[in-house]
Amino acid sequence: MDSKRYELNVQLAQMLKGGVIMDVTNVEQAKLAEEAGAVAVMALERVPADIRRQGGVARMSDPAMIVEIKKAVSIPVMAKARIGHFVEAQILEALKIDYIDESEVLTPADEECHIDKTKFAIPFVCGARNLGEALRRIAEGAAMIRTKGEAGTGNVVEAVRHMRTMNREIRQLINMPLEEVTGFAKANGMPYELTLKVRELKRLPVVNFAAGGLATPADAALMMQLGCDGVFVGSGIFKSANPLLRARAIVKATAYFNDPQKILEASIGLGEAMPGLEISEIPEGQLLAGRGW
Amino acid sequence: MAVRNALESLQKTEETIGVLDLQGGVFEHLEHLERIGISGRPVKTPVDILSIKGLIIPGGESTCLSRLMSIFGIDDAIKSAFARGMNIWGTCAGAILLADVVIGESSHLGLIDMDIERNNFGSQLDSFTATAVIPKLSADPLPLTFIRAPPIRRTGPGVAALLKIDDYIAAAESDRVLVTVFHPELTGSVAFHRYFARKCGLSPLDESRVPDMDPSWNRNSWMRVISDLRR
Repeated sequence: MDSKRYELNVQLAQMLKGGVIMDVTNVEQAKLAEEAGAVAVMALERVPADIRRQGGVARMSDPAMIVEIKKAVSIPVMAKARIGHFVEAQILEALKIDYIDESEVLTPADEECHIDKTKFAIPFVCGARNLGEALRRIAEGAAMIRTKGEAGTGNVVEAVRHMRTMNREIRQLINMPLEEVTGFAKANGMPYELTLKVRELKRLPVVNFAAGGLATPADAALMMQLGCDGVFVGSGIFKSANPLLRARAIVKATAYFNDPQKILEASIGLGEAMPGLEISEIPEGQLLAGRGW
Repeated sequence: MAVRNALESLQKTEETIGVLDLQGGVFEHLEHLERIGISGRPVKTPVDILSIKGLIIPGGESTCLSRLMSIFGIDDAIKSAFARGMNIWGTCAGAILLADVVIGESSHLGLIDMDIERNNFGSQLDSFTATAVIPKLSADPLPLTFIRAPPIRRTGPGVAALLKIDDYIAAAESDRVLVTVFHPELTGSVAFHRYFARKCGLSPLDESRVPDMDPSWNRNSWMRVISDLRR
């Protein structure tokens, strides 16, 4: 990927700002998401809550299913490749979807290397728990970052932790004298040039969305008020009692994240949210955020 | 009630250009307005919209923007402000929302007589940049960024094409509506923002102060304006 293509990829991710990206597993859900005002859909065979429940190896979705969804909607379509599985990424690029999510929700294919995203023309989004992880993914060519959160739990606590961690590290970076930056970058595994860039910009040099455990309009607005540029909602919509109402409500609350009256209106009468999981009750081996580094 | 108050105070329209702040490239437009010395602000309620000289509808997803606009009565506010003299500029998704005809779909605001086709260029992989001279705006070639751009297929009487590329129209205008299917706010060019500000009857900094291609711009420039507006 030449630098012009990367620049364009970063800019097209900017057009998603303030929007909601929804996980969908079939054409009906994709249409519903579009109708509710999603800015993009993530096409996958099982939402994270089901992947978590069913266990086993989670892989890239069947291309036939992704193609069906691509045909059914006019908004951008994203799909997930396993961490480090550059051939799944090659297939998704050949499919001409709009973005690839190199995702910890799927079972990692490589425990040492993430995908060299600079080899691709297609934009990538990657998950991160902290600033160092975000900058490592950007150094590898990611055009967009999202918090990892803890997908499929309906529990926003990990997404909040990851966003607060990034915000705190950025504040530290801005306030320290320049001679401390090298050590800070070294200690946190941050590529140095990108670390200086963050210090100058006072934020990540690409858009940063919230993901992993968002289930309510209030969750979406919370993440926006913490400084996210937009949100992903995975299991939260189609595992709830009334997906269409909830999807619309989350779109409203994301657009008006600073307006409590509008978030209140959006939160009324949505029916049951997806059942939530307490993070401490999940066996350590089943936590997804720890996949990738 | 709030809307009525705004209507009553409409006589004293602010010397401001609003950027519709529901989703998409809002900060990028605000940052360009700031470069040319024009007061710009994000607008997201009917009341906000009734008191501005001009409105920019940014790029984003037209289905998302249109849904939020109708839920919150913003479409009616735009139509009524337009009827009272407000100028509007739509970029990309904004152009789709303004068109009288969206080929194969229902139209939205219908404020400019033209047919537009959504996502004709395919996926993000088909997004591209180009340069072109647009005589009415600048003698210099301007950079153009196309992101899943919607080509304009026809313009009606009273609508002039500003730029044609191959078999489609990429920029057009009527008396009070400007449409571009590309994104000037994603480039260092302020020519379109200056052109629109003048169309709105405002006085932006001229070319001797800020050149059409502002060399101090880079793709992260929009991040400057966020901290002032968020939180």
